[in-house]
Amino acid sequence: MSHPTLEDDHTDHHIVGPKVYGLILLALMAMTALTTGIAFINLGVFSPIVAIGIACIKATLVILFFMHIKYSSRLMMLTVGAGFFTFLVLITMTLSDYMSRAWGLW
Amino acid sequence: MSTIVRLPNQQDATLPRVSYLNKEYGLKSWLLTGDHKRIAILYLISITFFFFLGGAFAGLIRLELLTPLPDLVASDTYNKLFTMHGIIMVFLFLVPSVPATIGNFVLPIMLGARDLAFPKVNLLSWYLYVVAGIFTVSALVLGGVDTGWTFTTPLSTHYLNTHVVTAALGIFVAGFSSIFTGLNFIVTTHRMRAPGMTWFRMPLFVWSHYAASILMVLGTPVLAITLVLVALERTIGIGVFDPSKGGDPLLFQHLFWFYSHPAVYIMILPGMGVISEVISTFSRKRVFGYTAVAFSSVAIAVFGFFVWAHHMFIMGVSNYSALVFSLLTMLVAVPSAIKIFNWSATLYKGSITFETPMLYAFGFIGLFTIGGLTGVFLGSLGMDIHLTETYFIVAHFHFVMVGGMLMAYLAGVHFWWPKMTGRMYPEAVSKLAAVVTFIGFIITFFPQFVLGYLGMPRRYHAYPPEFQVLNVLSTAGATVLGIGYLMPMIYMTWSLKYGAIAGANPWQATGLEWQIASPPPTENFLEIPIVDHEAYDYEWLANKTEHEVTTVG
Amino acid sequence: MDSHTVAVRRDEETLHHEAEHPPYLRHHFETVEQQREAVSFGMWLFLLTEIMFFGGLFMAYLLYRNWYYEAFVSASNTLGIGLGTTNTAILILSSFTMAMGVYSAEMRNRRGLMLSLSLTIVLGLAFLGIKTIEYHEKFVEHHVPGATFSIEDFVHPKDSRDAALAPDMAQHAQLFFFLYFAMTGMHALHMIIGISILFALLWKAYQGNYINGHTATIDNFGLYWHFVDIVWIFLFPLLYLISRHPLH
Repeated sequence: MSHPTLEDDHTDHHIVGPKVYGLILLALMAMTALTTGIAFINLGVFSPIVAIGIACIKATLVILFFMHIKYSSRLMMLTVGAGFFTFLVLITMTLSDYMSRAWGLW
Repeated sequence: MSTIVRLPNQQDATLPRVSYLNKEYGLKSWLLTGDHKRIAILYLISITFFFFLGGAFAGLIRLELLTPLPDLVASDTYNKLFTMHGIIMVFLFLVPSVPATIGNFVLPIMLGARDLAFPKVNLLSWYLYVVAGIFTVSALVLGGVDTGWTFTTPLSTHYLNTHVVTAALGIFVAGFSSIFTGLNFIVTTHRMRAPGMTWFRMPLFVWSHYAASILMVLGTPVLAITLVLVALERTIGIGVFDPSKGGDPLLFQHLFWFYSHPAVYIMILPGMGVISEVISTFSRKRVFGYTAVAFSSVAIAVFGFFVWAHHMFIMGVSNYSALVFSLLTMLVAVPSAIKIFNWSATLYKGSITFETPMLYAFGFIGLFTIGGLTGVFLGSLGMDIHLTETYFIVAHFHFVMVGGMLMAYLAGVHFWWPKMTGRMYPEAVSKLAAVVTFIGFIITFFPQFVLGYLGMPRRYHAYPPEFQVLNVLSTAGATVLGIGYLMPMIYMTWSLKYGAIAGANPWQATGLEWQIASPPPTENFLEIPIVDHEAYDYEWLANKTEHEVTTVG
Repeated sequence: MDSHTVAVRRDEETLHHEAEHPPYLRHHFETVEQQREAVSFGMWLFLLTEIMFFGGLFMAYLLYRNWYYEAFVSASNTLGIGLGTTNTAILILSSFTMAMGVYSAEMRNRRGLMLSLSLTIVLGLAFLGIKTIEYHEKFVEHHVPGATFSIEDFVHPKDSRDAALAPDMAQHAQLFFFLYFAMTGMHALHMIIGISILFALLWKAYQGNYINGHTATIDNFGLYWHFVDIVWIFLFPLLYLISRHPLH
């Protein structure tokens, strides 16, 4: 006899089709071309921001659709979020030390 | 003295005919097992070996420090002694101690599961631990490492020619052993609880391990990449940590302590889980403020990620940064304090008995509180400038790690020993060992607070003669402490053959692990239980015991 | 009750039992669903460790890019943007083919699965091939950090649009290349491991696995492959696109 667990976060096994994958592929390719093209335009201090921004959008599309997070339980979404949150803590809190030092090139 | 221990009639009691210990025979059945209980025993044996190895180094350190002059060992050798002591004790003993031995054994049973989520990954975890141990022993045999367990750059990358890379590799592998254990625990806790076992019915032991596992999974990889960078720096010498080439040695420290601070919570949280179980059982009372204790475990894990630079106050971080990290350090003390208050409240008006695990738990509460409070002193910037890198720090972390964590580990081993082996250890001599350990500990480490306050630096093997009295006292204590740790080795081994048959529930404890045979069958439960009672429900236990005949075997 | 109906009933019981307990259901799990979710969760947790593992390298990069910006700009400009963009496109395409592999497995399409896995392998190898060409270029140009590094190209740049660096700043270009090799090297190592596993999966797919409803291995390998793609999605702008010269 099977005893399912009480975890209330079950999701139906959603199968993502080729159409969605194809659309995401086109979007990713377009953004790759975009980010390479924009690199040749002098945006000053916004250049890295735009570049990382585009990269974040691309990564989000891969995570949501290729990695099926959009169709997954809240637990999975929380897990991914926790990972990126910890990564951001490492980066921001370390950088806050460097940015607030008198010496160095900030 | 009263006791709650209830053993079956020793005249006709026997161990269960078939258990996880004798289900299969032969070395292969142990070395290729997927059974979490067998893996726990494998860990128990290997961890004990490394504990005594690390302890031997401690003994040599204390021996050297009997006299102010560097007369026992050469300077480099002394550096190697405290480095190997630190590496072995932190990475090969404290980090895996409770999770890999006790956690592996009881966590699935506490949840009503048949095993952890990934038994093969669990076995891999143990093999990685063994490989890590081999690398570390190799580093030792090849001549040792003398950087200190903290591998501070640029000393470790540019100014030493000892076996840093070998040791770093060992720790790298040990890190992955830890990661896989944590990963297993998280998935098991989320996905393999028995019907009726809601999050808030789980024993607090599981909550602590869950919190520690989050830290293991998220923190340890940063240590891994840091060690890779150190190894690359040593081999190629680019300057990523070398100021003369434009690198920043503090970058290493940021990355190293980003893991190593959560590491201390990885070490202590499982111990706190043990204490929750032990305090409840030997006060016959549910843990006061279950929700607060559960959430405080998670809070310690989360906040533990925000405070790492308090190890770097004097290293060159900016004032702003030091301020922020100091403030956050004050905050992280709060959840730990909450636990101490709740345990104390559990004791209040409880029916307290003083079996050995409870003695260790009392020791934990007292010593961990002192250690934790001294941590708050160190977290305040002004005091840290004077106390850091002195014996005050050494005393602080030994109070929390040895007075705290090691006592919790011993409490846990004694508490679950009857479950794991089916036999009781001898109570009188074990009580003596607990008291000897406690006394030995205080004599060893309390003088070190004074030494640090008076200004004796850490990691020095020569010191001004006026510090000798306190050092001799400390070494004397270490001898007593050593005896206290050797005693369990002897009587626990003795108990395997001659100990009293324990029966399923010698402590009259709640918890699913106590409702199955000692030692348990391989599949844990004949039928997966359906849980309908809260954690630490002693009424449910009394009801249950009334209505059933307890049989043994 | 004659023996025929008993036999039929037992067959039904066996079929029902096998539907509930297929051979790939491990004994410590109660249902297939539980096993599938647990394994997927485990894979995601492993990917979290990978995020933090690469995180340390990203931190080092961010610091030194800001300390030695000029050196990083000059060094970045020596990387071929054509090759880099092509590689990014190749990897994204391989993520697509991998996702299609998962779809094929779920649709129980053996040939589709094998085709997708093969294409993913080919694209992965193409990526590594281009990386080899790029690494070789760096070696030939004396940009590999360490004993063979030469600051000549940075102190006396060949292209008139490039800024000439002072010698000490030019030395810091080594830090860029160290991080370039460390980050893309670590990434390439993950690709090599992934491609090796892909070969094993292709072989097993050929033998008929993964198309009987038990797609977990393909699903979870897909997660790993997409993660490796995401790492490159960030590496590409950080390493290749630091202030390229404006097109005339």
